Amino acid sequence: MKTKRIAFLGLFVALAFVLSYIEFMLPLNIGIPGAKIGIANLVVMVTLYTVGEKNAIALSIIRVVLVGLTFGNISMMMYSLAGAALSLFAMLLARKIGKLSMTGVSVLGGVFHNVGQIIVAMLVLETKSLLYYLPFLIIVGTITGIVIGIVSSLITVRVKKVLNF
Amino acid sequence: MKKNDIVLIAIILAVTAVCLLGMRIWQKNNTNGNAVAVVTIDGDVYGEYPLSEDYTERIEFPDGSYNVLTIKDGFAKVSEASCPDQICVHHNRIKYSEETIVCLPNKLVVTVQGGEDNGIDGSTY
Repeated sequence: MKTKRIAFLGLFVALAFVLSYIEFMLPLNIGIPGAKIGIANLVVMVTLYTVGEKNAIALSIIRVVLVGLTFGNISMMMYSLAGAALSLFAMLLARKIGKLSMTGVSVLGGVFHNVGQIIVAMLVLETKSLLYYLPFLIIVGTITGIVIGIVSSLITVRVKKVLNF
Repeated sequence: MKKNDIVLIAIILAVTAVCLLGMRIWQKNNTNGNAVAVVTIDGDVYGEYPLSEDYTERIEFPDGSYNVLTIKDGFAKVSEASCPDQICVHHNRIKYSEETIVCLPNKLVVTVQGGEDNGIDGSTY
């Protein structure tokens, strides 16, 4: 069973990498810097609910570093890392408390991803005027979070069936 | 989806909606005829341009990248930029206090400042 998990984690890392690339090619162009669909979060969510927490953390870090090195630059990696870390932390916490289904957890993930990115951007650009974007980003994060949450719960049910975890 | 999810989503959306509304009202009340567009690059002020006069400024960076700031009809916008994502170019034009256009790749920020009556008249420094 352990080998199966490792194999699936590798598969999920590859999948997250590819989805990040797709996301990179499909920017959400609504005039808000940092707004993203968050398709890669789909994989993080599914991993979190199938392979396990520690593996989801590992996957998140590997994904951000891989994507940053391949398609972006160091500053982009910093934004994503802050976003990913805060979002993952919120999702782990929400899952532990156990009052929310995958949709609610994913919404929190989406919202906190954007909050994390804005905080880093504010530190980098040394301006607090970016706070102006926060409400818009929270709304975008909520909507994409709902979609990602519903899709990932559908996937999780099927993955669990295949894996018998 | 559980009931808790819907409650969570409703709370998030309601709180942000209230914040947005409050922000809008504050912005409208804090913007007057002396509003200026303040351009900062990497945290340092590059220049201030009054929104009352039409004006175009091409801001060039040492590495060859650029942003073009255009002020027209009381609105400021970035009309052209060298950055790959073009988020700043697609951004809606801005006129109210604290509205902001950011170009993350060039570390350029354009913010409208409402203009207290202290006679800022477009000094560029």
